[in-house]
Amino acid sequence: MKQLTLLAIVLFFLVLSGFAQQPITIGFTVSKTGALNVDSLEQYRGFELWRDQVNAGGGIKAGGKSYKVQFASYDDESNSKRVQQLYSRMILEDKADFLFSPYSSPLTATASVVTEQYERIMLTTGAAEPKTYTLGNQYLFQMFAPAPEYLKVALDALKTKDPKATVALVFEDSSFSVAVVTPAKAYAQQLGFNVVFSEAYAPNTTDFSAIIDKVIASKATVLLGGGHYADGSTLARQLYGHKVPLKMLTLLVAPDSSQWTELGDAALGVMVPSQWEPQSAFKAQYGPSGADFAKAYTAKYNAPPSYESAGGYGCGLILQRAIEQAGGIDSAKVAQALNATDVTTFYGRTKFSTAANEHGLQAGHSMVLAQWQKDKSGKPVKEVVWPLAGKSASLIYPIH
Amino acid sequence: MILRRPFFWIILLIAAGFVYAPLRGNNVSLREDLILIAIAIVLASNLNLMIGYTGYVNFGHIVFYGLGGYVGLYLTTVRGWNLVLSALVAGVVVSFCAFLFGLAILRLRGAYFALASIGILQAVQAFVSNFDPWGRSTGMYLSFESYRPLGGARHALWITYFLIIAVMALSMVLSLIIKNSKFGLGLFAIREDEDAAVVLGVNATLYKAIIYSVSAFLPAVAGALMFFKNGMIDPSIAFEYMLSLEGIVMLMLGGQGSVIGAALGGTLYEKLRSYLLTSPVLSNFHLVIAGGLLLLVVLFAPGGLIGWVYRWVPRSRQVIE
Amino acid sequence: MSGILASMIDGVLVGAVYGLAAMGLSLIWGVMDVINLTHGSMIALGMFCMYLLFGALGINPYGLLLPTMGAGLLLGFVIYWLAVHWVVGRSMLMSLLSTFAVNMMVIGIGTAVWSTSPYNVNFVLPGITIGAYTFTGNHIAAAISAVVIALALQFFLYRTRTGKAIRAVADNREAAELMGISSTAVLSIAFAIGIALACISGALVSTLFPFTILSGAGYQLKSFVVTILAGLGKPFGALVAGVLLGLLEGVVTPFIAVSWIPLIEFGLFVVVLVAFPQGIFGKRAAA
Repeated sequence: MKQLTLLAIVLFFLVLSGFAQQPITIGFTVSKTGALNVDSLEQYRGFELWRDQVNAGGGIKAGGKSYKVQFASYDDESNSKRVQQLYSRMILEDKADFLFSPYSSPLTATASVVTEQYERIMLTTGAAEPKTYTLGNQYLFQMFAPAPEYLKVALDALKTKDPKATVALVFEDSSFSVAVVTPAKAYAQQLGFNVVFSEAYAPNTTDFSAIIDKVIASKATVLLGGGHYADGSTLARQLYGHKVPLKMLTLLVAPDSSQWTELGDAALGVMVPSQWEPQSAFKAQYGPSGADFAKAYTAKYNAPPSYESAGGYGCGLILQRAIEQAGGIDSAKVAQALNATDVTTFYGRTKFSTAANEHGLQAGHSMVLAQWQKDKSGKPVKEVVWPLAGKSASLIYPIH
Repeated sequence: MILRRPFFWIILLIAAGFVYAPLRGNNVSLREDLILIAIAIVLASNLNLMIGYTGYVNFGHIVFYGLGGYVGLYLTTVRGWNLVLSALVAGVVVSFCAFLFGLAILRLRGAYFALASIGILQAVQAFVSNFDPWGRSTGMYLSFESYRPLGGARHALWITYFLIIAVMALSMVLSLIIKNSKFGLGLFAIREDEDAAVVLGVNATLYKAIIYSVSAFLPAVAGALMFFKNGMIDPSIAFEYMLSLEGIVMLMLGGQGSVIGAALGGTLYEKLRSYLLTSPVLSNFHLVIAGGLLLLVVLFAPGGLIGWVYRWVPRSRQVIE
Repeated sequence: MSGILASMIDGVLVGAVYGLAAMGLSLIWGVMDVINLTHGSMIALGMFCMYLLFGALGINPYGLLLPTMGAGLLLGFVIYWLAVHWVVGRSMLMSLLSTFAVNMMVIGIGTAVWSTSPYNVNFVLPGITIGAYTFTGNHIAAAISAVVIALALQFFLYRTRTGKAIRAVADNREAAELMGISSTAVLSIAFAIGIALACISGALVSTLFPFTILSGAGYQLKSFVVTILAGLGKPFGALVAGVLLGLLEGVVTPFIAVSWIPLIEFGLFVVVLVAFPQGIFGKRAAA
C-alpha cells in the first residue's frame, strides 16, 4: 500500500511537472568549424547565457504555464548546404518551435528559405543584409540594424575630422559586405569625399598583396571595408605589413571580437561599426541592464561580450517577451506579438518593419563606431568614439 | 525494343518506389533523404555515359548541374517563367554550352581531357563569380512568391520532388537505351581503343561531341529543379568540385559501365554520407571512410559492386544492366 | 617605384612558390605518368607540419624546412606503397582515382584533427621598402627558398647517380631496367621527392596567410596550370613557368579587378592544353 502511494505521488509530480513545465525547443546552427567560427561562437554564447538565465528563473512564463527553453543545435561548418539540411532536420525531426538564425548573412538567407517553406518563426541575428527581407516573407525578424547603416557612422565621423579625405573601399564579394559598401559609396560621395578606389575580393581570399598594391597606387588615406573575421584580420595584418599610410581604417565585424588583440600592433587604431558596445548605456524597459549583461557574460566566459553576443542574447529576450505577450507558443500569435514589438532593452531599441516588401527588417536599432586604443597602462581596449553623445573616448585621427 | 528489356521495367519499379514511399503518411523527412539519392543517381548515371561507356574521365561534370541551376533559377526568379519550361530550357542551353566546350577539349585524350574538364569547371565558376546579372559571388535568391503558381511552398516541394524522380528515371532509361544501341556500341569501341575504332569507321569526333552534350542535359534539368527547391544559388555551392569527384566515387563503387552501377553507387554513397554526417562520432570521418572505400574498390574491385555480382551470378548480366 | 612594377615584383615572388609547388607534381607525372591528386593535401600537410614544428620549437621557420622535407619524404614513401605502386602502368583513371582516394582520406583526417578553422604561423620577417611599396620579408624569403630548392633539385637530378637513374626511368623504363636500374626503387624515391617538394612549398606558404587543411586545393590547381605550361618532367621548367604565371598575375592585376584572375588563368590553362600539346617548354609523355 505504501509503495503504491509512493508511486502515485511520484506519478502525480511527474504529470504535474509535465503540465507545468513544457519545454520549448529553439533550433539554430552554429559554425563551430570553418571560417565563421570566431564570430559564430560569440553569437552562440549570447543564446546560451539567455537560456541559462531564463531557465534559472523557472522558464518563460506565459498564459499560466512555464516553458523551459531547450536548444537543438548543430554545426553547420560555415557551409550553406549544411544549413539547409540541418534547418529542415530541426523543423521536421527535432520539432523546433522557433528558430534562431545561423551566423552571417548568406547562411541566414539560406536558412530563411527553409523556415519560410515550413512557416516557422525565425529571429535573425548576426545578419545585416536587407535583401532577405524583401522576398516576401512572413516569419522573419531581424535583430541587427541593416547593412546600409554600418559605414554611415564611420563616414559621419570622418567628415568631422577630414572632409577632404581620399577613400578606398576594399571589401569581401559577398552579400553582407556588398550590401554595406554599395550604399556607403553613394553616401560618401554625397558627403563630398573622393572615392579613389573600390574593389571587391573573392570570399576566402587569403593573400591581399595585389589589392594592397592597388590601394597604395591610388594614394587613398582612408580604407573602409573587409567582411568577416578571417579575411578582415588578414587584411589588417597585411596592410600593416605593407606599411600602407592610412589615416583611418574601418573594417566590418572583425575588430569587434576580443580575439582582435592577437594582431598585436596591427590591431591598434582600427575602427569597427558596432551594433552594441558595453559602454552603450540604454535604459532597459525589459530584461537586464547593459552592465548586468556584461557582468554575467564576462563572469561566465572570461571575455567581454561582443556585439554578436549582445545580438544573440537580444534574440532570446525579444522572443521571450513576445511569447509572454502572446500568452503561449502558437506561431501565429507570437508572430503578431513580434510584429507589434517596440521596446528598448540593454541592446537598444527594437522594432520590426511590418511593410510587406520588407517584413522583419529592423527599423529601431542604431549603430555606434568603436575604435581600438591604448588605455593608461598600454593595454589595447575598445572605445566608443561615435556618435559624440554616447562616446567613451575621443576618436584618434590620424591613426599613424 | 526497349520495352523488351526486363531492366526497363525494373527502372520503372524503382521510380514508382521513390514516388510511393514518402507519399505514404506524408513523410517529408523521407522525401528529403530520397531527393538527395535521386540527384546522386542522376549525376552518376549521366557521368557514366562519359566515363563508363566512352572511357573519357570527366572530372568537371558538376559544371552542367551548376549551370543548369543558374539558368533555371534566373528564368524562374528574374523572368518569372514556369518551372518546367525553365528546367527544360536550362537543359537545352547547358547542352549547347557542353557542345561548345566539347569542341575545345574533346580532342584531348586521357589525363589531359580530365584536367581540361577541371579547367572548364573552374573557369565557369570564376566567370559566374564575376557575372553581374547572376549576382556575382553573392548569387541569386528565389522570391518566396515564386512558389505561388505551384500552390504554395509545401506543395511546390512535392511537385519538384516528383519532377526530379522523373529525371532520375529518364537518366537510367537513357543509359539503357544507349547501351543497347549501335551508337552505344560505337562508344564502347572508342573506350576500348579509339584509334582502332576510327580505322573501323566509327566517327569518333561526332560520337564524342554528341555524348558529351547529351550527358549534360539531364544534370542541367536536375540542377534547375534542385536549386529551385533550395531557393538559392551561389558559385560555391553550384560548382562544388568535391561533388564532381564524389560522382566519380559513386560510379566506381557501384560499377562503371552498367546502368544499375550508377544507381547502386549513388544510393550507397548517399546513404553512407547521410549516416556519417549526422552521427556525432563519425561525422568527421565521412571523407576518410569514403576515400578508404574508393581505394579498396580501385585496388581490388575495379568493376565495383555490380562487377562482383556479375562474377558470382553471370546470368544476372542479362537482367540487371 | 610605380604601381605596376611593384605588382610585378609581388607577382614574381608569389610565382616562385607556385613553381616550387608545381615541381613535385611535374616530377611525379614525368617519371611515372601518374597525376598525383594528393598534391593539394600534401601542400596543406606541409603547412601544418610547419605549424606544429614552429609551435613546439619556436625557432625560425626557415630553419625548420629540412625536418619538414624529411617528414614529406617519409609520407611519400608510405603513400607510394599504399596506393601508387599498384596502379603504376594501369589505366590513367585508376591512378587518378587511387591518388584521389588517398587525398580524401588525408583531408578527412586533417579535418577531424584540425577542423576547418584557420590556423596561423605567426612569424614576421622585416620587409624591404622601396618608395611607397613594401615587399614583406616572408614573401621574399619564400621566393628565395623556392629558387634554392629548385637548384638543389636540378643538381640532384643531373649530378647524382640516383638522380640520373630517375631521369633514365622517366625516359624509358624498360631500357633503364635492362641497364640494371631497379625501377620500383626509383619510382618510390621519385614519388617521395615529389611529395616532399609539395610539403616544403606548403611550409613556405604557411607564414603568409591563415590556412586550413583545404588550403592546398588552390595551390593544386595552380600547379596543374604551371605543369601544363611547362611541359612534363622538367622540374626546373616548372619553376620558370611558375614565375611567369606569377608575373602574368602581377601585370594584369593593376588593370582589372582581382576577381577576374582565376578566369584568365583557367582560360589560359584550357587554351594551352589544347593548343600546345608539348607545353610551352618541354616534352610531354605519350598521352
